[in-house]
This record gives sequence, structure tokens and C-alpha cells, in this order.
Amino acid sequence: MTLPIIEPRQTDFTQPPAINPALTAQWLEAFLKDEIVGGRGIARAVVGLSGGVDSAVTAYLCARALGPKNVFGVRMPYTHSSPSSLTDARLVTEAIGLNECTIEITAAADGYLSCEPDADARRRGNVLARLRMLVLFDQSAKLNALPVGTGNKTERLLGYFTWHADDSPPVNPIGDLYKSQVWKLAEYLGVPKPLVDKAPSADLEANQTDEGDLGITYAKADAVLTRILEGYTNDQLVARGFDRSEVEIVRKRLDGTHWKRHLPTTAMLSNTAINEFYLRPVDF
Amino acid sequence: MNVAIVQTKPRKGKYRENLHELREVFAQVGSEPVDLIVLPEAALTGYFLEGAVYELAMDAPAFADDIAAAWLEPNPKKDVDIVCGFYENSDGTYYNSAMYLQISSREVHIKHVHRKMFLPTYGVFDEERFLSRGRHLKTFDTRFGRMAMLICEDSWHAIMPTIAAVKGARILVIPSAAPGRGIEGGDELTSIVRWRAILESIAAEHGVFLLYAGLAGFEGGKGMTGSSRIVDPRGRTIVEAPLLGASIIRATLDLREIDLARATLPLLGDLNAVLPDLLLDEELPLPRPSAGAS
Repeated sequence: MTLPIIEPRQTDFTQPPAINPALTAQWLEAFLKDEIVGGRGIARAVVGLSGGVDSAVTAYLCARALGPKNVFGVRMPYTHSSPSSLTDARLVTEAIGLNECTIEITAAADGYLSCEPDADARRRGNVLARLRMLVLFDQSAKLNALPVGTGNKTERLLGYFTWHADDSPPVNPIGDLYKSQVWKLAEYLGVPKPLVDKAPSADLEANQTDEGDLGITYAKADAVLTRILEGYTNDQLVARGFDRSEVEIVRKRLDGTHWKRHLPTTAMLSNTAINEFYLRPVDF
Repeated sequence: MNVAIVQTKPRKGKYRENLHELREVFAQVGSEPVDLIVLPEAALTGYFLEGAVYELAMDAPAFADDIAAAWLEPNPKKDVDIVCGFYENSDGTYYNSAMYLQISSREVHIKHVHRKMFLPTYGVFDEERFLSRGRHLKTFDTRFGRMAMLICEDSWHAIMPTIAAVKGARILVIPSAAPGRGIEGGDELTSIVRWRAILESIAAEHGVFLLYAGLAGFEGGKGMTGSSRIVDPRGRTIVEAPLLGASIIRATLDLREIDLARATLPLLGDLNAVLPDLLLDEELPLPRPSAGAS
């Protein structure tokens, strides 16, 4: 006699994480309402629109939570920013009826950089990112609004952002979503297709792409990050189907950037050191 | 028995404001017949307090007086029992507690205070950094029969509702504050799916009514999942509050359902018979008198 053998259904261990976009959108809409309006008593949001999918998704979520007339999309081009960044950002504001303004940062950036003619691409990129954050915070003060962050979990984990720039807005709805999840959420929300389909880019240099900078696709990076955060070692990941060089790229970036996900290191001298002994939640 | 579960969405740390709002909610709840009202864990302060818990914790009698006043002001001369979660300061030892309060126009009586025994201290949770563990799981008799209270993670350990049921509890009251997570699949957060499975399983295994009050609202990015529910002794959720926002659920319970459910599925009776053998198993890591003790 031969009995049937039933075994677990195999799941592909190397796939990027899934998402239920409808559930996520509902949850993040409630988050934005509670944290911005309920918690801080502010009715308006400012979102820097880069022309990319992260800021588009953030703008859509803010529009759902606060109403489009309470969301201000700010485009902040530098002289060599891609023209498509501007036009793609406009697709977002037109699609959902946001308030929009464009603030050139070229004069401000070049004013400083003219004193630092030897600044390399990395330094120049950081200057642009920090200037954009300066603009966002000032616009927020002008509009009695809150700057809303647009950094996703993948770039936060890979340290692929400028410290105290992209990460500085006090509220971020997509910071616990991997890039591949952001794409799926964008499709669900109806973000214009050109933004969903185009290659992600920090647009700090000409022809720059994120995946080119990182040396790995977002889909692969998200899959590896998911499993690393679950506790798997490099050897275990390779044994279960990942490419060793890709695992090592991700692990190295993750381990080299823990500091970027923290506040500044402060010398502790007392029993009341802030955030060490004196502990109060952010919403207290 | 008329039960109302008030799913609160408190403003963080604003105890007096939240208490004031509770008065209005009690006016609404008291406009219909109600015997027992259940509120969530940390119902009037918010859950994640970190060091501010020492500013907001109260001794049980003072908290009882506040709750009773909030009820009696809009509902004078109406008797009611209330369960509410709060941070307790007991002579400088701090607990995550739930109080069972019997309120009448004649007296306010604290029937029982349960101090949370399983303090989650992992990941996003940090309770034991600030609080002490409760040491006892007690049942207590009410006008509706014997009950026990469990707080949040208490109910995730199967032994807790099991012991409560073996000790005679027919109704388990569970104030809770559960931050939601898990968006990967299905139509619900995976944490909600897990909670529902646990609660319905507890009720069905022991033939108890289960009254679960979940805190609502986002606290520093962490969203509390509300989803207050009443589960009948056959393990069926008979009413459930939404995931988000403050709300009230209510139901009229026929407590004879407990006996009927236990007759159909006598698992608790079986457990009572077998439990002594299980507990006398010498392989269990239970504290035992040392061999030479006199």
C-alpha cells in the first residue's frame, strides 16, 4: 500500500515582502489624522515633491487624511535637476488637487558652494538635501503646517539618505514600508503611472539611479533586508537561495549605518540624561 | 446581563481631560440599561508612558473615586459595575492594573484589583523597565457569578485563562492595549487575526464569556487596534468594535449559555479531573519543598 504524502506548500524565501495596500492605506490615513491633527493640533501638511514615488505616495496619503486643500506640495529644483522630476511632481498635484509651489534652491546652494569649489558629488548632494529640508521646515512655519517625511524603510535601512535632512520631518507614514511595498501602495492609490514605472533616483547628480548607486535592485534588497531583520545569517540566506554578493552588499550597508537611524550620541553625565534616564514618549 | 464595552482613545497623559470626556460617555451608556461597563488597559492615560508613568499612576482608592464620580454625576442612583485599566501606585511600587468596581448610590466598593502578571518587555514593549509584576491571579464573586481579569499579554499565555477557569471563573474580563502590526496579507492586520484566534479559543475551551476591551488611537506612530469584542462560551464573537477610533459595543448576555456550552463540550470538566495528575508530574519545573525541609 502506498499512502499519499502531504508536505508544506513551498513559499519563495527570496521574494520581497508582500503588502495588503487597501489595509495599509486605511491604517496610514488614520495614523496621519491622529498624529498631525489629533496629536499636534495641526491641520495642514507640507510634502517635498521630488517627482518620485515615495513623495507621491506620501502626498496621496496626506490628501486622504487631511483633504487635498490642506496639503502643500513643494517642488525644490536645483539647476541640474532632471526636468522630468518637475513635470512628474506636477502630475501628482494635478491628479489630487494639492496646493503646489516651486522654490528654486539653486541660488542658495550655489551661494554656499561657491565658497567650496572642491566639494565632491557626495558633499554637494548633502548640501542640496539639507537645503531642501530647510525650505520644507520654513514653508511649514509660514503655512502653519507640519513637514511630512517621505523616506521608505529600504533607504532608511541601507543608510541611503542624508542624515538630518530626508529623515528630519516629525511624522513619516511610509518609513516602515519597503520600497517594493511603496510601489504596490502607489498603484493602489492611483499614483500616475510614470512615477511608479520610472527608475528611482535621488536626482542629486545627472543620470543617477538608486539601484545603480546601491549595486542591487530594490526587489532583491528588500527580500534580503526582510530576512536579515528576521535574524538570518548570511550563510543561511545563501543556503536558502540568495546570491552571496547581494547579501553582503545589503549587510555591509545595514551594519555601517546604524548611527544614521539614531539621534546624536550625547555624553551621559547624570542620572537624568535625556532619553537614557529621563524617558518621555514623543507624544506626551 | 447588559454589558457595554467602552473603547477609549485617550489623549496621551491628559488624565483629567480624558476623565471629563468619560463622564459624557457614561451619560450615553447610562441612558440604556447596563450592568457592567468594561474599559481598556491604561484607558485614561494612554499606554506608552515610559517614565511619565510615575507622574500618572494613582492609588486604587483615588482612581475608584474618580471613576465613580464620573459615573454617578450623569447617572445618580444608578448601580453599575465597572472594570477599568489604570497605572497603579501602591506605596511607591507601580503596576499595570485593572480594577473591578461596584458602584451604587450607597457605596463605592473596589471588588478586586488585578495587577498584570506578564509584562511584555521585548521589541516595542518596555513595561518591566518601569513596572512591577503582579503576583496573583485571583477570581472574585460578583452579582453575575465568578469572574477573573486578565490584562493584555496575560491572556496570551494559555495557563492564565486555564487557571482562572479552573478556579471557577465564568466570565473573563480582558482590558488590553495592543499595537497593531502585520500588513503582509489578508484583509486584517496579522496581530488582529492572532488576537481573535486566541480569544475565541479561550472562550470555547473553557466555556466562558469573554469581554475584551481594546484601547484605540495612535501613540507615537504605534496604532492601538481597538477591536473590542464579546465572545460567547462557544467561542463565537457576538459583537466587535472597529479597529480604529473610540466606540461603544453592547450586548445582553444570557449567562445560562455558559452551562449549555459546557454541557455540549465538557472540556473544563475534563480538565478539572486531569489537572491534579498533570501538576503532580515531577518533570514539571514547579517549586517544591526541599527534601530536608522540616
